[in-house]
Amino acid sequence: MNPIRLTGRAAISLTRMTGRVAIFAARGLARVGQHPSELVRQIMQIGWLSLPVVGLTALFTGAALALQIHSGGERFQAGDVVPAIVAIGMARELGPVLGGLMVAARVASAIAAELGTMRVTEQIDALVTLSTDPVGWLVSPRLWAAILCLPLLVGVGDIIGIMGGWLIGVNALGFNSAIYLANSWAYLEGWDVVSGLLKGAAFGLIVALSGCWFGMTASGGASGVGRATTNAVVAASVGILAANFALTGLFF
Amino acid sequence: MLAVRGLSKAFGQKQVLDSVDLDLAEGESLVVIGGSGTGKSVLLRCILGLEVPDAGEILWRGRPLAQHRADFMDDFGMLFQNAALFDSLPVWRNVAFRQLRHMPKARARAIAIEKLARVGLGPEVADLYPAELSGGMRKRAGLARAIAADPRVIFFDEPTTGLDPIRAAAINALIRSIVDETGATAITITHDMSSVRAIADRVALLDRGRLRWQGPVSEIDRAGDDYLRDFIAGRARPMARVPAS
Repeated sequence: MNPIRLTGRAAISLTRMTGRVAIFAARGLARVGQHPSELVRQIMQIGWLSLPVVGLTALFTGAALALQIHSGGERFQAGDVVPAIVAIGMARELGPVLGGLMVAARVASAIAAELGTMRVTEQIDALVTLSTDPVGWLVSPRLWAAILCLPLLVGVGDIIGIMGGWLIGVNALGFNSAIYLANSWAYLEGWDVVSGLLKGAAFGLIVALSGCWFGMTASGGASGVGRATTNAVVAASVGILAANFALTGLFF
Repeated sequence: MLAVRGLSKAFGQKQVLDSVDLDLAEGESLVVIGGSGTGKSVLLRCILGLEVPDAGEILWRGRPLAQHRADFMDDFGMLFQNAALFDSLPVWRNVAFRQLRHMPKARARAIAIEKLARVGLGPEVADLYPAELSGGMRKRAGLARAIAADPRVIFFDEPTTGLDPIRAAAINALIRSIVDETGATAITITHDMSSVRAIADRVALLDRGRLRWQGPVSEIDRAGDDYLRDFIAGRARPMARVPAS
């Protein structure tokens, strides 16, 4: 086939898919507050149960970052910048991105598997026959729970990550505890933290939207659910990294 | 009460429904039969709005159903082939799903337990999750959910699939008694002839998307249609046949 035609067809297909996902997201976001009990349940599932994995990721990342910056900084006698770089790095970049990626692995897959199974076992059709809008019941609470929880998880991750750096700084790199903490705060600006939290909200939307979209459009039995789960994690992960680049460019 | 006019639906090149006309009177129990892939499920899905037909319309009480779907759904119940119970909810919340939206939890639970009893399940089942039930129990729980709001229209999708003959007979008898008791209008799709004889007032035979025969259940054994006779007798036929006229 003519390559120009192929390119055109791919572009139309991509545009159509983008439009469908955007409409799906808009419908989900617009149905806010229809089922408060489901929202609370999803906040527990997405937020509370993700705390251990996000906390551990942040702890080890902060600790490794302290070691790397100290080692690299020593080459030009700048080892003292460890507290400031760990704090800024965690708040601006590593807290939201790694937190988002860990939640993507845990939550996008779970949402896609749950909704995909509901789709192929006719549970979503059953909702329609019970006069219940599946988008309002299933999609909206998950989108809003992720948007609300990710910034909180990022905030907790920032604190734990800085604590990881402090633990290594004080116990392995010879920093004075009080000076380490003072330097962490001294160079950290409000926008560093706020931008990271805003990134978290955007990543929350990406994670939940990927899981919901691929789950709700799953077909083809168990293998279809498997494909939906894989696609949701891949789309959420790539989406987070792409959105991180775009938001970093926008914010800084 | 419910009428289907010239309903057509194709998926790609495959014509699944081809100008189907059906009429269903109030309180009537229609059983739609036909081999696998003849469009039975698609017919139900089109009526429910889960598929958009390519042509034709569905009338409910003389008005286009598409314009009054919310009213229709408020008075509707359905038993799905595999019950389609919500895995994350206990049985009683499944049964009282609709009621929980507009009445106190205790009252909704009482209705759920009453409906579970109606289908032969005890109150001990109420707090179990669907995964803890056998296939027959799931089907009964699905039936309890379908009748929980005392609907005027009920659809049964392959109600006996996957059940042994004794459980299938029990489900058939239950469906017939519910339809008789409530006076609900019912459409059942199946290829199980024991269900047809137990449930139907009238039978419609779909063959490759076209309505091939319809008539009272008392006439199916005397019908002249050779495909219907083979279907009833369970006789093998060549896979490639002349399309229904």
